[in-house]
Amino acid sequence: MLKKFIREMVETPGLSGYECEISNVIEEYFKPYSDDIVKDKLGNLIILKKGNTGDRKKIFLAAHMDEIGLMVKQIDEKGFIKFTNVGGIDQRTLLAQEVIVHGKVDLFGVIGNKPPHILSEEEKKKTVKMEDMLIDVGLHKEEVKEIVSVGDIISIRRKMIDLQGDRISSKALDDKAGVAVMYECIKELNKMNHDCDVYAVATVQEEVGLRGAITSTYNIFPDIGIAIDVGFASTPELTNDDLSELGKGPAMGFGANIHPKVYEGLTQIAKEYNLPYQEEIHPGETGTDAWAIQVTQSGVAAGLISIPLRYMHTSVEVVDLNDIKNAGKILANFIVSLNLVDLEEMLCY
Amino acid sequence: MLLKRLTMANGVSGNEDEVRNIIIEEIREHVDEIKTDRLGNVIAIKKGKEGFPRVMLAAHMDEVGMIVRSIDDGGFIRFSLVGGIDERILVSKQVLIGKDRIHGVIGAKAIHLQDKNERNTPLKIKQLYIDIGAKSKEEAEKLVKKGDYVAFDSEFIEFGGNLIKAKALDDRAGCGVLIDLLKEEYDVEIYGVFTVQEEIGLRGAKVAAYNADPSFAIVFEGTLCSDISEVPEHSHITKLGKGPALSLMDSYTIFSKKLNQCIHETAVENNIKIQYRQPSPGGNDAGEIHLTKEGIPCAALSVPCRYIHSPSSIMSLEDFEGCKKTAKLFLKGIKKGEYVCE
Repeated sequence: MLKKFIREMVETPGLSGYECEISNVIEEYFKPYSDDIVKDKLGNLIILKKGNTGDRKKIFLAAHMDEIGLMVKQIDEKGFIKFTNVGGIDQRTLLAQEVIVHGKVDLFGVIGNKPPHILSEEEKKKTVKMEDMLIDVGLHKEEVKEIVSVGDIISIRRKMIDLQGDRISSKALDDKAGVAVMYECIKELNKMNHDCDVYAVATVQEEVGLRGAITSTYNIFPDIGIAIDVGFASTPELTNDDLSELGKGPAMGFGANIHPKVYEGLTQIAKEYNLPYQEEIHPGETGTDAWAIQVTQSGVAAGLISIPLRYMHTSVEVVDLNDIKNAGKILANFIVSLNLVDLEEMLCY
Repeated sequence: MLLKRLTMANGVSGNEDEVRNIIIEEIREHVDEIKTDRLGNVIAIKKGKEGFPRVMLAAHMDEVGMIVRSIDDGGFIRFSLVGGIDERILVSKQVLIGKDRIHGVIGAKAIHLQDKNERNTPLKIKQLYIDIGAKSKEEAEKLVKKGDYVAFDSEFIEFGGNLIKAKALDDRAGCGVLIDLLKEEYDVEIYGVFTVQEEIGLRGAKVAAYNADPSFAIVFEGTLCSDISEVPEHSHITKLGKGPALSLMDSYTIFSKKLNQCIHETAVENNIKIQYRQPSPGGNDAGEIHLTKEGIPCAALSVPCRYIHSPSSIMSLEDFEGCKKTAKLFLKGIKKGEYVCE
């Protein structure tokens, strides 16, 4: 079920600012496990799972549902499409990539490249710049102009694949992996007794500046707000000791962006329930929704859980499903552990 | 669709088995004789009538790809290229490894962790590796071994104005044409050859042509087509949708003028679009065939393919059909005594 949900999410386009379609997919999956689901003005999907008591402590979970992508800039004289990026795209990952141009109808296209036979030695040494690339939809200029307009969004076309063990590879696992953690958590909570009201929010526009988190946190103004995002996992060229490893548990964020008691609570629970976790140190900005959550209204105790992920912002991101499942369990048990806790006291410095 | 089966099969140079099996299965009932030679070329013969020439028809089965070099302690797979691939297209792609088609991906360091210089510097093959999700060298070695061939994982898709997108159109397009031609009946004798190892130096064609002794040969290819906006008109080589392309001159061959004229006329007379391939780099099996023994006149009739040697090559089904039709009509139009060697 979890894998099916992730597959459906990553294969549904959800570019920053255009999250309607992906939002509907997520809503369908959460419906059976929640008490109320609403969308706010920016498009954030707010899923409420009510707690037992009437004391209305509010726990806010945020995972962004938007993904990076491309946007039509121009249709040239020959009917090829020039484009720009929405969010942080590595131009080196775009050559020979397949895309869907979301015009009046969806058009399949390929980001073209010159054949190697006619490349000069000089050309081979340089990266092709995004502004020099074009999308080939295989239609005449007039036909393209009929269907495609400047400003139409373009998503990368990529099917999710199973790798060895419980590992999967796809585009947009940043941050559908986080949404999947919320799903696991809410499902767990359905089997448990929890007093706090839990607001699981699939946020919009994270990739272009944490914008969805800003408005959704404002409205709910929770006691604790935890962002669930993806973190850099180590790979052969990234062997820094402080990077987390795939499959060894979610990484608990620590640093100024994170309330120390929230960090403590999450790691305590992981230890107590024998669930694997790692630590991720953030000296300053975390670049996640937690950064926006923390400074909402008069301030929110923020937390951050990162799912280790390889090759971030490429179309072949890799995660381990076990990290997602374990993060969901830790989060659910953490929420239950707050039942008898006076949050005012707990969050006091 | 046959072309779908052909392009979804993996046949990196030196490992053409999957493609060969499909071809043999397809043509078996339509030819008089069929054999596989020492290098793996498939040779299929259709007998002709007395007084008609023998014609060699060739298409190569192999495609560009990769081969496994080593597996590191973390279970990541290092590889080399087989044939001419622009290294810059490898990043962020899915691949299939070995006979069991183990899924893998070629990733890259996150953009967030790159400095400005890195973003503008292409990744070298030595910096790249394939991730199959294995947790250790031991786990990876159970599934993948040194020397396994690696092919791009790319779906066959029909789109746009009668176009298809697939990998390996160079030269499954030619294989598709030749398979179809072998299903027809002719007065001429057909010496059909599906060659191996074209992409690493026209190796199969060299030996396949040796015993053929034809009056002339026609090579069927998926050829360069760079008719895109960033490339000036004089370097387009061919244009998509303008019909099959006859080669004039490439890096290895100056093609037969007489054959070109006759094939061109056949297309024009039958209202089939046809174009000449601008003299330009690249090459095909004709490079070896035309220098065999005392020499064999050659023509090459090709289907233009954009983004060749990448996982997402594009060709026009109309060009593909035009290629088949032109060749068919030309072969059927050969009269008794024409082209016959003394």
